[in-house]
Amino acid sequence: MIKVTIDDVEIEVAPGTTILNAARQAGGDLVPPAMCYYSKLPGTGGKCRTCLVEVAAGSTADPRPMPKLVASCSTPVMDGMIVKNKTSERVHNNRGGVVEFLLVNHPLDCPICDQAGECHLQDLGYEHGSAKTRYREERRTFSPIDIGNKIKLHMNRCILCYRCVAVANQLTDSRVHGVLHRGEHAEISTYIENAIDNDFSGNMIDVCPVGALTDKTFRFKSRVWFLKPYEAECACDKCSGKAVVWMFGNEIFRVTARKDKYGEVETIEDKTAWICNDCRFDKKDPSNWTLIGPRKIDRHSVISQGKYATKNDNNPKLLH
Amino acid sequence: MSRKLLIEHAEVPGIASYETYRKHGGYASVEKALKTMSPDEVVEEVKKSGLRGRGGAGFPTGMKWSFLAKPEGVERHLVCNADESEPGTFKDRYLMEKLPHLLIEGMITSSYALGARRSYIYIRGEFMYVLRILEKAIAEAYANGMLGKNILGSGYDLDLVVTPGGGAYICGEETALLESLEGKRGNPRMKPPFPAVKGLWGNPTVVNNVESIAAVVPIVNEGGEAYAKIGIERSTGTKLISASGNLVRPGVYEIELGLSVEEFIYGDNYCRGIANGKKLKACIPGGSSVPILPHYLVTKTAAGTDRLMTYESLADGGFASGSMLGSGGFIVFDEDQCIVRNTWNFARFYAHESCGQCSPCREGTGWMEKVLYRLEHGMGTLEDISLLEEINKKIEGNTICPLGDAAAWPVAAAIRHFRDEFEWHVKSPQEAQTRNYGLIQAPLEA
Repeated sequence: MIKVTIDDVEIEVAPGTTILNAARQAGGDLVPPAMCYYSKLPGTGGKCRTCLVEVAAGSTADPRPMPKLVASCSTPVMDGMIVKNKTSERVHNNRGGVVEFLLVNHPLDCPICDQAGECHLQDLGYEHGSAKTRYREERRTFSPIDIGNKIKLHMNRCILCYRCVAVANQLTDSRVHGVLHRGEHAEISTYIENAIDNDFSGNMIDVCPVGALTDKTFRFKSRVWFLKPYEAECACDKCSGKAVVWMFGNEIFRVTARKDKYGEVETIEDKTAWICNDCRFDKKDPSNWTLIGPRKIDRHSVISQGKYATKNDNNPKLLH
Repeated sequence: MSRKLLIEHAEVPGIASYETYRKHGGYASVEKALKTMSPDEVVEEVKKSGLRGRGGAGFPTGMKWSFLAKPEGVERHLVCNADESEPGTFKDRYLMEKLPHLLIEGMITSSYALGARRSYIYIRGEFMYVLRILEKAIAEAYANGMLGKNILGSGYDLDLVVTPGGGAYICGEETALLESLEGKRGNPRMKPPFPAVKGLWGNPTVVNNVESIAAVVPIVNEGGEAYAKIGIERSTGTKLISASGNLVRPGVYEIELGLSVEEFIYGDNYCRGIANGKKLKACIPGGSSVPILPHYLVTKTAAGTDRLMTYESLADGGFASGSMLGSGGFIVFDEDQCIVRNTWNFARFYAHESCGQCSPCREGTGWMEKVLYRLEHGMGTLEDISLLEEINKKIEGNTICPLGDAAAWPVAAAIRHFRDEFEWHVKSPQEAQTRNYGLIQAPLEA
């Protein structure tokens, strides 16, 4: 085990752990946000740059600080490393810059977006965004497209985290979608308008940190905060059958996988509990499911009531 | 006139063929290395020579080689980065076009030093005709026993493959190059692990610039110490400089490092001054991604000493009053050139070439391009100038690969040294546009 200090909290972690995972083991406020890293999908991370942290001392052997901010999701900890996240002004500034970049081409259509209320970008916007944009130019726009018969892609909202590409690569037999073009023009798309058609494609919706990939059986049906989440189970021969059903009265509006506070699908009985498309899209009748009990949503989120209320009052920047 | 170690025979007729090249002393380094030296001795010579990477970063080549992991039973690779895409740089193309066998010779000697059995030349997609020249030369080398099995009876086998890229600037970044070489989308990889540990197909790999590999030939022939005697301090040897812009005689020059910048621009053996009797306005000494220098900092440093063509002297003063030697793309601007327009042009290039993987670079380069477009076309405001500086700071250092820095530095430097010109574009846009000498519209009649 090696010792690492993150924001004055000392923790012991296994060698090879990344800074982000070490911070998650410590828990609390010192965990850097992550938009592209997904611990259940190897190879993700490093792209969004929201998890940048300052390394004030590299290790006991070489205590020099690292000159640049590093991506905490892909930098392994060293013995005696001192990391500053919340306590670093530099991190705060640059994270604000990254959020500004992410919002530059974002349509900010939260009022009509199904992800609103559980959107990572929305959370980041509250924490680091400014109330006014400095971007005067026209935003890049795409038309929404269907990728597969159950999934809608709003490329305008996409932040190119590549998580859905990793899902398709790692959960399904063949990947038919990926990133086309480059730079600002880069877009997620299927190759020559192929349709995504496999049993686990719906998990792309769960991993998407923003509202770029949405569930066509749920789109525009209800805001997420009007629904009551219940842990539920069903017998399924394709997946674990362990899911969360989102209900209004006796009606099931949508089904998602069980997600932890970082928005990642939970590990149940040593397996990542991905759910199959049958469970997600077709089992909308309460008789399909055995309800276990209410699901507590403890993720940082705009819908976590009251979390941002006081912050808004104290933050004149947001009152304009 | 300084010594030429690389391109001395470049203009000899027929030098691209094996026989002529051999007659002019070619492949001597292969014979010397394979017959009389151990691989480690070759690495030692390169270390002694003080050769620094010629691709732009200036990292010592010998040290890079010694970082190469050598686990038992795992193949190692040498990859030559011939994806020369830096605006203002064209030395590698010249070298490969004229002296394909010099690169192949360097590849054989270097591969031997690193213990690589399969080496690659990754060449820029636009250089299709150079690819054919190289392929022909490689076939000749195979036919003459310089490549393939048991080279010169030494028991050392080497296969050399030349592969074209798709013409993306980003594929000049070493890990993006490796991705592209593996047949994937050219996105830079997260580091660590570095290529020296996990590179091409997961094997330890060294990626070197064309000129660095070619420089191994004179180092092995004459010895590392003799090579280190050329140049000043930690800038040893000779360097190819691609001079372009408003010069009387632009072109590729091989200089001994330590030549003064003044001599290089105005000297009779070199560029012979600014064309059409104009005055020097600014200079970018190392390719488009390094900071621009205004005329008063080109030949003298801020401290008043002579500016020399070395890694250290060009960087003297840091980013406040210095620049970098970079890849040696020496771009000169005369008094008529518009810095704002030029900066916009570079920004447009970087916005176009960003791979789009990480947010600061993807969104930041595009944003800068749009703001600079507005400034250049008379639609800017004074706040835009400070906005550019802000965007710059948020990109620099926060990206996966150095493309973000490369996009940020030229804009930051242009504003630092030519802020008045940016302000002039805001305050009198009409005048600023017409003074662009016909680029937007015909100049006003005097």
